[in-house]
Amino acid sequence: MAERTVLARLRTVLAGLLQGFERLGHGASAKIWRLGYAARFFAYLLLHSGTAFRRFGLTIREIYFTGVLSMTIILVSGLFVGMVLGLQGYDTLQRYGSSEALGVLVALSLVRELGPVVAGLLFASRAGSAITAEIGLMKATEQIAAMEMMAVDPIARVVAPRFWAGVISMPLLAALFSAMGIFGGYLVGVQLIGVDEGAFWSQMQASVDWREDVMNGVVKSVVFGVAVTWIAVFEGYDAPPTAEGVSGATTRTVVFSSLAILALDFVLTALMFTGGNAK
Amino acid sequence: MKRSTIDIWVGVFVALGFAGLLFLALRVGNLTFSTAQTYQVQAKFANIGGLKVRAAIKSAGVVVGRVSNVTFDSESYEAIVTFSVDAQYRFPRDTSAKILTAGLLGEQYVGLEAGGDGVMLKQGDRLRLTQSAIVLENLISQFLFNKAAEGKDGK
Amino acid sequence: MAGLPVVEIDKVSFGYDAARPVLQGVSLRVEPGSVVGIMGQSGCGKTTLLRLIAGWLKAGAGATRVLGESVGELDSEGLFALRRKMGMLFQFGALFTDMTVFDNVAFQMREHTDLPPELISDLVMMKLEAVGLRGAAQMMPAELSGGMARRVALARAVALDPRLMLYDEPFTGLDPISLGVIARLIRTLNDSLGQSSIVVSHDVEECFGIVDYVYFVSAGQIVAQGTPAELRGSAASFVQQFVRGEADGPIPFHYPAPGYQADLDGEETQSSSLATAQACHG
Repeated sequence: MAERTVLARLRTVLAGLLQGFERLGHGASAKIWRLGYAARFFAYLLLHSGTAFRRFGLTIREIYFTGVLSMTIILVSGLFVGMVLGLQGYDTLQRYGSSEALGVLVALSLVRELGPVVAGLLFASRAGSAITAEIGLMKATEQIAAMEMMAVDPIARVVAPRFWAGVISMPLLAALFSAMGIFGGYLVGVQLIGVDEGAFWSQMQASVDWREDVMNGVVKSVVFGVAVTWIAVFEGYDAPPTAEGVSGATTRTVVFSSLAILALDFVLTALMFTGGNAK
Repeated sequence: MKRSTIDIWVGVFVALGFAGLLFLALRVGNLTFSTAQTYQVQAKFANIGGLKVRAAIKSAGVVVGRVSNVTFDSESYEAIVTFSVDAQYRFPRDTSAKILTAGLLGEQYVGLEAGGDGVMLKQGDRLRLTQSAIVLENLISQFLFNKAAEGKDGK
Repeated sequence: MAGLPVVEIDKVSFGYDAARPVLQGVSLRVEPGSVVGIMGQSGCGKTTLLRLIAGWLKAGAGATRVLGESVGELDSEGLFALRRKMGMLFQFGALFTDMTVFDNVAFQMREHTDLPPELISDLVMMKLEAVGLRGAAQMMPAELSGGMARRVALARAVALDPRLMLYDEPFTGLDPISLGVIARLIRTLNDSLGQSSIVVSHDVEECFGIVDYVYFVSAGQIVAQGTPAELRGSAASFVQQFVRGEADGPIPFHYPAPGYQADLDGEETQSSSLATAQACHG
């Protein structure tokens, strides 16, 4: 009798384990399937981008929604981040008697890292979520289907202009963020605390290389722009056509694109800056 | 929202964005479209420390050029550093080059000290007199070694 | 009503997965110039049938010919070319919410033709006049009532004078007046523009009022067909139930379920199964 219960218990445990593995495998294969679908969607999107450029008015309209409307939050955040950098940087640097290096610290951290990354995160939550919600709602209200029925490819007409608008807007927003941040650092460091203005700018100019630092920052922001808008349009286009489906897709856009930005940032930094220093 | 208003705003946005980029490149990154002529001069150093390409070359504290290349000479086991010096600055042939550090822990740069020769340096010349970078570890070990030696003498 | 049929569906079967067929051996024809109704309860496969005709879905078996083309064999370009000759009115209109009424109606003309803006403007106004909404041209879809939105969607669907119009539940959620207006418009547009139309609906009275021929679909099969007059007189019990709107008949009121008694005793069965589970572990 005791043997039998042990055996039965073992069997339940084994069955549970197997079921767990099965579910894990099923979940993983579903993720990979979706990734493949997203890649195919991206390739199709790139191949059908002709309309976005031939009728550039469509893309300009989307730049208004993604870029212009994100400008306020980017400018204000940039200013504050720069001001905080100025305060914190001065606090640390003056202990080592090198407060003139404040300009370098503010400029390098903004141009290389904070500009692209923070602007990217803000862009993902401000513009990315809006893109997903809009495309998802168009799908839920059958507007996408109606377009297909009118023999108009919705990827070329709806998705591609939004994608390219995001890719164009993102580097400009990151540049605005960095410029505004440096201005914020200048306000706090030079105007408020009284770091020497000449040293602030000249040290900055001596250590920031326009190709190594500024251009690499721009490359980062372009990559982030592609990643965020790709995720946003894909999630929107793939959203289940219900209210919960669209809201879930919007959340996924913000979560996935934030993770993508941080992971890509590490990869790009490793590629760019250690490569540059090793030389 | 009318079409033309959108166009204006997008135009403002793009112009501002490019202004930001230009600010970063010119004012922050100090990008200069200097088409000014330079001439190349080489120098060998036993040790360049942390000197990097694009490091400044200064004479009397004024930036006169940039390091354009650093290679290793496998025959003499020394570093060959190529300087690009602004053509408007001329130096005598017996000018010496030192690798210096800005501040205690700052960036390394090359300092040029003019000699008294009447013949000026020209493209492709090589500087004879060089002084290597001061490597902190060497300094410290030398210091410790001396201290130890002193201790022995004292006993 | 001469010439080849506009739509000819021959013994078509379809299922999203093999276990649950949605359509089984359905055949129907739409003659040029006629309005054909496809009726049945919700979820019987009417919308699927419409999607097969529009080329969204590919039939598992059988032939689907629309305007002389075999829909299942077209590539995406061929399908788009075919869809330019078709118009579709969606259940809730599906107007583009970021465009004005005018731009909605002008959408296809701008996408598919190189007509000068003045001509497009004239054409849009003609279409809007036909549905009686010329005055709403500059309004946004959000400002329209349900019935008006449906009329704008109708104007948009006929913008390029399609030869075949598909209506997916055009009467859903409309007040009686709007409903009558839409029904009359479907008929007049069909006759004045020389179209053929397919109306998918479960609204018997409105549908019988405008169609020439009706197919009844139930559980993925065509169970009855004929002119409205014939069907009204039909003795088939299904048709009787549907036309009169009776709750019970060949279509049962109850969704298939295990014995009622078993479900009422559900608590007991659950607790007993728990007991066995515990016995197993203990």
